[in-house]
Amino acid sequence: MVWFDVCGAADLQPDSGICALVQDQQIAVFYFANSQKVYAISNFDPFGQANVLSRGLIGDISGQAVVASPLYKQHFNLETGQCLEDAAVQIPAYTAQIVNGRVQISW
Amino acid sequence: MKQTLVVIGNGMVGQNFLAGWVASPAVSAYNIITFCEEPRPAYDRVHLSEFFAGKTAEDLSLVEAGFFENHGITLHLGDRAATIDREAKTVISAKGVTVHYDKLVLATGSYPFVPPVPGHERKNCLVYRTIEDLEAMTAAALTSKIGVVVGGGLLGLEAAKALKDLGLETHVVEFAPRLMAVQIDEGGGAVLRRKIEALGVTVHTNKNTTQIVDGDNCVNKMCFADGEELETDVVLFSAGIRPRDDIARSCGLEIGQRGGIVINNQCQTSDPDIYAIGECALWNGMIFGLVAPGYAMARTVIAGLAGGEASFTGADMSTKLKLMGVDVASIGDAHARTQGALVYHYQNGASEVYKRLVVCPDNKRLLGAVLVGDANEYGTLLQYCQNGIELPENPDSLILPRLSGEPAGLGPDALPATAQICSCYEVSKATVCSAIEAGCTTLNALKAATKAGTGCGGCVPLLKSVLNCELAKHGYEVNTDLCEHFAYTRQDLYNLVRIGEIKSFAELLGKHGKGHGCEICKPAVASILASHWNDYILKQEHLGLQDTNDTFLANMQKDGTYSVVPRIAGGEISPDMLIALGRVGKKYQLYTKITGGQRIDLFGARLEQLPAIWKELIDAGFETGHAYGKSLRTVKSCVGSTWCRYGVDDSVGLAIELENRYKGLRSPHKIKFAVSGCTRECAEAQGKDVGVIATENGWSLYVCGNGGMKPRHADLFATGLDKATLIQYIDRFLMFYVRTADRLQRTSVWMENMEGGLDYLKSVVITDKLGLCGELEQQMARVIDTYQCEWKTTIENEDKLKRFRHFINSDQPDDNVVFVEERGQIRPANEDERKHFKILEVA
Ligand SMILES: Cc1cc2nc3c(=O)[nH]c(=O)nc-3n(C[C@H](O)[C@H](O)[C@H](O)COP(=O)(O)OP(=O)(O)OC[C@H]3O[C@@H](n4cnc5c(N)ncnc54)[C@H](O)[C@@H]3O)c2cc1C
Ligand code: SF4
Repeated sequence: MVWFDVCGAADLQPDSGICALVQDQQIAVFYFANSQKVYAISNFDPFGQANVLSRGLIGDISGQAVVASPLYKQHFNLETGQCLEDAAVQIPAYTAQIVNGRVQISW
Repeated sequence: MKQTLVVIGNGMVGQNFLAGWVASPAVSAYNIITFCEEPRPAYDRVHLSEFFAGKTAEDLSLVEAGFFENHGITLHLGDRAATIDREAKTVISAKGVTVHYDKLVLATGSYPFVPPVPGHERKNCLVYRTIEDLEAMTAAALTSKIGVVVGGGLLGLEAAKALKDLGLETHVVEFAPRLMAVQIDEGGGAVLRRKIEALGVTVHTNKNTTQIVDGDNCVNKMCFADGEELETDVVLFSAGIRPRDDIARSCGLEIGQRGGIVINNQCQTSDPDIYAIGECALWNGMIFGLVAPGYAMARTVIAGLAGGEASFTGADMSTKLKLMGVDVASIGDAHARTQGALVYHYQNGASEVYKRLVVCPDNKRLLGAVLVGDANEYGTLLQYCQNGIELPENPDSLILPRLSGEPAGLGPDALPATAQICSCYEVSKATVCSAIEAGCTTLNALKAATKAGTGCGGCVPLLKSVLNCELAKHGYEVNTDLCEHFAYTRQDLYNLVRIGEIKSFAELLGKHGKGHGCEICKPAVASILASHWNDYILKQEHLGLQDTNDTFLANMQKDGTYSVVPRIAGGEISPDMLIALGRVGKKYQLYTKITGGQRIDLFGARLEQLPAIWKELIDAGFETGHAYGKSLRTVKSCVGSTWCRYGVDDSVGLAIELENRYKGLRSPHKIKFAVSGCTRECAEAQGKDVGVIATENGWSLYVCGNGGMKPRHADLFATGLDKATLIQYIDRFLMFYVRTADRLQRTSVWMENMEGGLDYLKSVVITDKLGLCGELEQQMARVIDTYQCEWKTTIENEDKLKRFRHFINSDQPDDNVVFVEERGQIRPANEDERKHFKILEVA
């Protein structure tokens, strides 16, 4: 498994998202302060056709961690990238971890 | 071998027939072919006028995607059936297609009757029935100032509203002495007329149009038998409908004396293999100009073809509608034509309400009713009438205003199981109840399962009360939870925050919620917290709660860039400030536009540009306009007594004062104000949440209006106010709204849902019925005292500014944001242009 460095853990915004450029890909990284979990998915909103998902609100729906797109409010599962409103839409999701104060992702 | 069933006409009833047919047991016995003359398959004509409110032809479609293909129905679109050869049993279309039929269903509907007055074919003489008609109206309105509707019936008034909404000076010309002569009686017609005229439509009754000629100032001029004339650009005929029986007539089917294809109780025409349904059919000497009877005919034919026994035995013509915002309803024998019928009247001159009950001679059963101005009792009265439920001892108690808290009318419990809840789809109370038993516990689920409420929509309030009543009986609580994280309403949460002095989302979630929250509860709680403590919204603990617009203090646009909206209180701006704004727009190449709220929006700012832009704006003396928040937006004003020769008071001064007073107040939804300097009302204050109009006797206060998708005229709240009292009332009104409204509920809906409505609101705000006013004022004072310009705070805070970049680990901008030039300014590139641009870049 190859891990790519994304940013410092201190760059994360608690209970919110940031966007990072990794290998020319726009990655949205989210941090749940309570559970100290990081998630990474593509930043591109396939419905709005814009790079905005890192700026959506996060939370949970029936136990799944999700982000709601700031444009048209579709939910995406943060672990799988699956859209909750449209079974045919799934966006890239990445494994994310915090190691030695750095956020890393792999694909 | 399979037989062939041909359906001519794919309108509302034709489509309803097909949809019912494919669900019927006999579906496999026939191949189906249908001819649809219009360029598109069936759409919802009943809600046709919503086309003007932005609904598209697709939105109005009644045909599910893939319907014809999936059910193997051959559709001849845009092709009119031209002749029927009953000998050969064939139908020949205008395009030359010949098909054989074993059974034939005529669902050809009707056409608008245009009186044959000379000149009726002149330019801009239009009708109102199809989407194409509406497109023609829109086009004609572009170059017109005045419009006249010929015909003051139900459709004519709907058309008048459309003309008005298109911005024309509107007149209604009616031949009869009153409006809606078919449905309502004289008293009701008079009240209706006054109400319609109050909305700015001129009504002319007893008018017989003799010819239409060249106008002097307009395209057309109408001449009347009494010698009067009326100049107009558009003439819209709405003088009734006539059945489309031409094709039936020419193949020799029996036709009624005044038109209409004669049918029997099985909806068969004089040829037993040919049926007629909907508005083209004449049953027992009657044409039914409503959808519900047409649907009932369709069901009858389906049952008959499937070998069952079914009869069409007439239909109820009761109707309830909202005409130009005025409720009008007519039930059963509205004109009291039954021998010996007794009549009860109720008329309230001040609020322009008219009600009439027609009761049978023994005073026990309801025969009919007319309601104008307030049709809340429609559902109840219709049930009394249709189910023959015995009336209370004093039937007039059903229409008299309820002064104390007596229960309203007939509860759903009093209805028999056979009571018909939805007449469009003939859904009985028993069907509704068993769907609820089977697990349909929301209104949407119930609609999907039973179809009730999906036709004209008139029965939805009744359906909802049956649902709530049944749920309560089964021990369910009606779910009003904010979301899955909080089992409370917004108002509950508000009180929990207030009483528990809760200061953060985490604390509230820990004490009263579960999970992590979501995009529903987070912003709602952020707003509640703000209206209590008015903290800086980007404070660390509130940060994750805000929608992106609040987080970045700007409004996200479709391409992920933001708009920048500085406050221009009251719409007043000095040349220097205007120059400063222009300079910033030019420097950052922003698209600039003047908005309806009298300020200037700058579009196309990239996330990383926002701080620099705002730094310059703040240095120039601007502050945030809170366009991103659910909060006070603008206080629009007219120029007022300072300059205007009609002005009675200084509307600009008051608007600025109000805007500065309430700026930054977080609320359940956005709030808009306006102030006009006299009753000419140039600031359109009666279309706002809070509207103020200057009069000789002081300020008049209007509340709970709004524009947008469902415009609502504001209600007059108080008159003759001095400024101090005015502000006191507004303080109380706003805080009471902030406290008690649901999330994303505008003031209009909030008040409409409030038990007691406007009167109750007045009693809380003016006479302090709840003893709450002191507290509301104090809370408002606190919010005003703690105001800060969020942008100023942000640009002074290094740490906060870190978020304003697209990538945390790179200074590159988002390469998906691409602009092109249009009319000398930027706009987001569309998909095609973007592809092109990228290729150029690579090359
Ligand atoms: C603006 C407006 C508002 C209305 N509001 C209400 C309301 O609130 N409540 C209510 O109950 N009703 C209302 N109505 C009436 C309702 O729309 C009609 O009752 C209903 O559409 C009748 O359905 P239909 O199928 O009989 O006729 P239509 O819907 O008119 O369909 C007939 C179709 O057959 C086509 N056709 C005709 N001849 C041929 C041929 N020879 N070959 C092929 N195709 C042919 C026509 O082009 C048309 O598309 C309203 C109507 C209008 C115009
Ligand atoms: S509302 Fe009255 S005062 Fe204001 S601009 Fe119009 S006419 Fe003048």
